[in-house]
Amino acid sequence: MVKKVSKLPFRGTPDQAAQLEAVIAEHKSDPSQLMAVMQKAQAIYGYLPYEVQVMIADGMEIPLEKVYGVSTFYAQFALSPAGKYAISVCLGTACYVRGAQAVFDHLQELLGIGPGECTEDGLFSLEACRCIGACGLAPVMMINSEVYGNLTPEKLEGILAKYRD
Amino acid sequence: MTATELNVLRDSAKAKLTAGSASGPAARIVVGYATCGIAAGAKPVLESLKKELADLGLTNVSVEEVGCIGMCQYEPIVEVYTPGAEKVTYVKMTAGRAARVVSSHIANGKVVAEYTIGAATGEAPEGGVIPLSETAFYKKQRRAALRNCGVINPESLEDYIAMDGYQALAKALTSMQPGDVIQVLKDSGLRGRGGGGFPTGTKWSFTAAQPPGKKYVVCNADEGDPGAFMDRSVLEGDPHSVVEAMALCGFATGSDEGYVYVRAEYPIAVLHLEKAIADARAAGLLGKNILGTDFSFDLHIRLGAGAFVCGEETALMTSIEGNRGEPRPRPPYPAIKGLFGKPTTENNVETFANVPQIILRGAEHFNCVGTEKSKGTKVFALGGKITNTGLVEIPMGTTLREIIEEIGGGIPNGKRFKAAQTGGPSGGCIPEALIDTPVDYDNLSAIGSMMGSGGLIVMDEDNCMVDMARFFLDFTVDESCGKCNPCRIGTKRMMELLEKITEGNATLEDLDKLEELAYHIKENSLCGLGQTAPNPVLANMRHFRDEFVAHVVEKKCRAGVCKALLNYYIIPEKCKGCTACKRVCPVNAITGNVKEPHVINTDLCIKCGACQATCKFGAIIKQ
Repeated sequence: MVKKVSKLPFRGTPDQAAQLEAVIAEHKSDPSQLMAVMQKAQAIYGYLPYEVQVMIADGMEIPLEKVYGVSTFYAQFALSPAGKYAISVCLGTACYVRGAQAVFDHLQELLGIGPGECTEDGLFSLEACRCIGACGLAPVMMINSEVYGNLTPEKLEGILAKYRD
Repeated sequence: MTATELNVLRDSAKAKLTAGSASGPAARIVVGYATCGIAAGAKPVLESLKKELADLGLTNVSVEEVGCIGMCQYEPIVEVYTPGAEKVTYVKMTAGRAARVVSSHIANGKVVAEYTIGAATGEAPEGGVIPLSETAFYKKQRRAALRNCGVINPESLEDYIAMDGYQALAKALTSMQPGDVIQVLKDSGLRGRGGGGFPTGTKWSFTAAQPPGKKYVVCNADEGDPGAFMDRSVLEGDPHSVVEAMALCGFATGSDEGYVYVRAEYPIAVLHLEKAIADARAAGLLGKNILGTDFSFDLHIRLGAGAFVCGEETALMTSIEGNRGEPRPRPPYPAIKGLFGKPTTENNVETFANVPQIILRGAEHFNCVGTEKSKGTKVFALGGKITNTGLVEIPMGTTLREIIEEIGGGIPNGKRFKAAQTGGPSGGCIPEALIDTPVDYDNLSAIGSMMGSGGLIVMDEDNCMVDMARFFLDFTVDESCGKCNPCRIGTKRMMELLEKITEGNATLEDLDKLEELAYHIKENSLCGLGQTAPNPVLANMRHFRDEFVAHVVEKKCRAGVCKALLNYYIIPEKCKGCTACKRVCPVNAITGNVKEPHVINTDLCIKCGACQATCKFGAIIKQ
């Protein structure tokens, strides 16, 4: 399983840093608590960006490569944040032959992010998914749990605008 | 607390729990409130019960949240205990039904027959009531590991004590030597319920034989087998049984510290376990000088983070140590060098849940049921194409036919039974010809499957055995930790061969290659995950070879599952020419004029199935 590492600038607040420091201080004496610290860090920040992993590594006095190794091993740890609105574009066969790739490409242009990434304002994240069983509406995408069908690249701007307000 | 005080508390707690006793309620109502019950809507039912009781001024009736009662498809479930009567089991409850149960049954003593289990299954006579224990689903069950699930409030230490909880620990600490505890376990014949089936008493004796010093007890609650949820049920419904058993293990093996490794995906289990540990500690049943004796033992909880391989004992210990959960070579076995390099005893939740009753009531209480080499009962999670889904606990040696046809209620929709899958991604499918096999460790291994943790998935004629093999292998490919080559690369190559078969591009040589590769992976992988990963493929090739050959030679999937081998056709006689299918086809593969039979161009068709879903006349078939 390959994990997408976020390229977004880190936007942690001093308040979040203070919370994490408190967690680290509590567990510092026991290196076997690394996973518990990382789970709490993810609860604070929503994901585990590079900067947070450095804070954990320094604070726990554990090599950064080990922290990174643990974060990439377990499915639960996210290296990229999810947007407020998670967009998944179906790239199943039916959607694909009806132009889902063009939709997917245009979304990447509009949002300025690649698959598995999140926009800078934290509003949208984008990913491709397998067939969601709405082939009759192909090509389709889902934004959170809302399904949009019969898409064309031209329709995307209008749909995104609804969520930007 | 001392052992004497424990007895006093038990007697008073028991009275409080008994409807109609001097200190007990006039009636006791319990609501199944495990993950499954809550998902089915137990919350509004609970609120409605409380409100209706309050409205009617029935203050002397207790309403409690209990663990899983076991019948998933009948949730939410409510049971009513009244003095001098069999408990009544109400199923598929709603807020409205709950209110009526209170006003009729509780207030006026009139059971609402139409909501009871007997009415739902059609086993009770019209308007009559039968107890849960007489339904086909329950009749052949014997609840040992699940004895308290659905009976007591899992968040109440007092409730557990009322059911003779911590009496086994008291008995061991006051009247037994560590060696006696191990001997009773050995005599009982209890074997590991996590899948391997290693004799538990023997396992404990290995750690006990190590020189005194730091030793650990570990509970494996990283239940990862898709389709199995008995460990969640025990932790949610009866967490103290695991706490007590781990303390017993500590006493028997000379350990003073234990860890429970729980999946983070089981939040309610974690919550109940945390409370159980805190309550036991506060009552002096964990911590220093337990029950006023010299024995000290304490427990910690560690949360998993979503890695199937961590269910393997050495990987689990590596994960508790704060590392990537990769397995390590054995020997040295954990009993010699386990967690943090110290001698360690590891058992799974269901194994531990059986221990206190064995110590308290003796080996015979446990091994009076079972087969020659597999004693006691085993919990199975029944799922798939079966009428009664849920958790069942049956004596070892019950046949698959009894489990599926009697307890499970058979296959729904008039379909024909094809296979039962046990052991999850480590097991295999059992064909109809072997359905009379008595279920135990050795029988299941002999027919190419394994007991596993107890998932039992039933399949009917619509399931393709090649596709099932692919499904399970897909899971192991995804979950392989990548440490050893046979598992990391081998399962991937097996997957590619299986895909070739399901796509109709394979040759008969590929089948031989697949088998050869499977044996190499079994022989050479580092841990249990890799060593058993090829089992679903091998078992299916053994029992359903004709299906594999049909995919390869005739390029046909008889079950109609493998998409690449199927084509959609329109039956001209049934087609009314309504053009609905033509309009939904995403690739314009359907042609035809209005009111004339349409035709699908199979070269253009991408087999999305949209036309079949749209057709109102059943004119489109795939074959």
